[in-house]
Amino acid sequence: MGNKIIELKNISKDYDVRVLNKINLYVNENEFLTLLGPSGCGKTTTLRILGGFEFPTEGDLFFEGKNINNVPPHKRQINTVFQKYALFPHLNIYENIAFGLRIKKTSDAIIKEEVKKMLKLVNLEGFESRNIDSLSGGQQQRIAIARALINKPKVLLLDEPLGALDLKLRKEMQLELKHMQREVGITFVYVTHDQEEALTMSDTVVVMNHGEIQQIGTPVDIYNEPENAFVADFIGESNIIDGVMNEDYLVTFLGRTFKCVDYGFNKNESIHVVLRPEDIVMVPEKEGYLKGTVTSTIFKGVHYEMIVNVGALDILVQSTYQSPVGDRVGLKFTPEDIHIMSKEA
Amino acid sequence: MNKKQKFFAYPYVVWMFIFIVLPIVLVFLYSITTKEVNNIKTINFTLNNYKLFFDPLYIGVTIRSINLALVSTIFCLVLGYPIAFIISKINIKHRNTVLLLFILPMWMNMLLRTYAWMTILGNNGIINNFLNMLGFPSLRLLYNNSAIIIGMVYNFLPFMVLPIYTALSKMDQHLVEASHDLGADNRTTFLRVILPLSLPGVISGIIMVFMPAVSSFVIPRLLGGNRSLYIGTLIENLFLVTGDWNFGSAVAIMMMLIILVSMSILNRFDVDKEGGGSNLW
Repeated sequence: MGNKIIELKNISKDYDVRVLNKINLYVNENEFLTLLGPSGCGKTTTLRILGGFEFPTEGDLFFEGKNINNVPPHKRQINTVFQKYALFPHLNIYENIAFGLRIKKTSDAIIKEEVKKMLKLVNLEGFESRNIDSLSGGQQQRIAIARALINKPKVLLLDEPLGALDLKLRKEMQLELKHMQREVGITFVYVTHDQEEALTMSDTVVVMNHGEIQQIGTPVDIYNEPENAFVADFIGESNIIDGVMNEDYLVTFLGRTFKCVDYGFNKNESIHVVLRPEDIVMVPEKEGYLKGTVTSTIFKGVHYEMIVNVGALDILVQSTYQSPVGDRVGLKFTPEDIHIMSKEA
Repeated sequence: MNKKQKFFAYPYVVWMFIFIVLPIVLVFLYSITTKEVNNIKTINFTLNNYKLFFDPLYIGVTIRSINLALVSTIFCLVLGYPIAFIISKINIKHRNTVLLLFILPMWMNMLLRTYAWMTILGNNGIINNFLNMLGFPSLRLLYNNSAIIIGMVYNFLPFMVLPIYTALSKMDQHLVEASHDLGADNRTTFLRVILPLSLPGVISGIIMVFMPAVSSFVIPRLLGGNRSLYIGTLIENLFLVTGDWNFGSAVAIMMMLIILVSMSILNRFDVDKEGGGSNLW
């Protein structure tokens, strides 16, 4: 790690409207980087620019230090796994995987060996002569990955590859993809709108919205220290509360002053406070920092999700214990649970 | 429920029987009898009509017709594929306009369109007038095989363009991107992905052109003159001029067999078994 393999400098893309605005981003060698954001945030466009299917309106794209703005896709050492797999329906599995090597005029003996290796990697040994139609979604996905990886690309682009799979299979494939990435040791650039998927697999997460990068960081950083309200809201559920930073380590919100661990803001700067629902503890009313009435409670499997009205606003709380609707409760949290975000960012 | 649905199909079954099955049975009956079949008592079965068909004279007619139809089909394919390819690449806003321009001539009667070619190619036609004006002698453009081929290609080209165009425009663009992604340039992508995937369209285009080209009699009659017989004009002659319905029916049945055989051969090349393109019509 540490070597930049791809670098985007001030990349913008206009169709009728601007869909990407001055994207600056670099991807390190052997990194698992995820572009995360809601639909229409520009993440797929960014990926298509990397693959060479779209060209940036402005800005420069570097691959191993060389500008590749005008290099067509077939000359890039980058391969793509498409959202709907895009397997060739007129070829069987063997020929689908062999496609890239056939074009390079590789000898049959080597192709045979490589295809076998790839099928082993994706756990589909013995599927050579099967038809594409006879495969399930998850299997097609694996073939698409094998077809891309056989070319030994330096970077693999994956466009929401697990989007069409059911929850259980998706979780399995997440782990498997991460495992594959470690095994083949190449850079993955992954696009998804699923925050959990991004947090599970990535080394680096890039959160995007409205064609702009909102935050770049490790999954832990992104989750614990969101830089703005959008990131906080998009990465998991959170309570975002208006507040004022009195001084370093001291914040006032909902009429009370709390100790916190953040510093470096202006005196009396107006800020956003982020409280994660799972960080809040429900206690008897008189022990709580905040007091309120439970207005709804929903069973979510692992935990209950409750909404507590504390007068000015509703706070979302997750707990393994259920409090019935109408109960008066107190809410408690530690200074470490309070995350402060400046309002401008 | 099911019974009710079956009931609704009866009008269609009756229609099929009266207008498709019955005529074919009658033609077949004529082909294996001598003279009229309207009297069951005097009916007289024979295979002579078929024996006559294998006379070198008529075999020659058949081969000539198939040759002409093949050449026309090949011209249609060579012209039609690039046209379909270009149309499928045109911006979607203008695509329908261009398609309409191709289909527009089909709104006119085929006979009229063929007559139009007579005035273009004729001895006093537009081309020869133009040549005379420049001081060149007139060319003999009408009443030969080239004229027939021109007429057939002109009339049947849309039948080649449309199914190929449909196959091309239905194709998932991601497949093309995937091919580029895997290292194929434009030429390789065309040969390895686009062409094989549009094959169902090509096959149904070939069928759509070859079938009417083999049996056409209007075009050979108008543009080819009376000098040589083709299968279509032969049948027309036998029915309307000679009045030999029995032999005419035998030739018609043989022509249907030829088309049936060539279609089943073509269908073997249909890569995607659901028959994609051939279901278009």
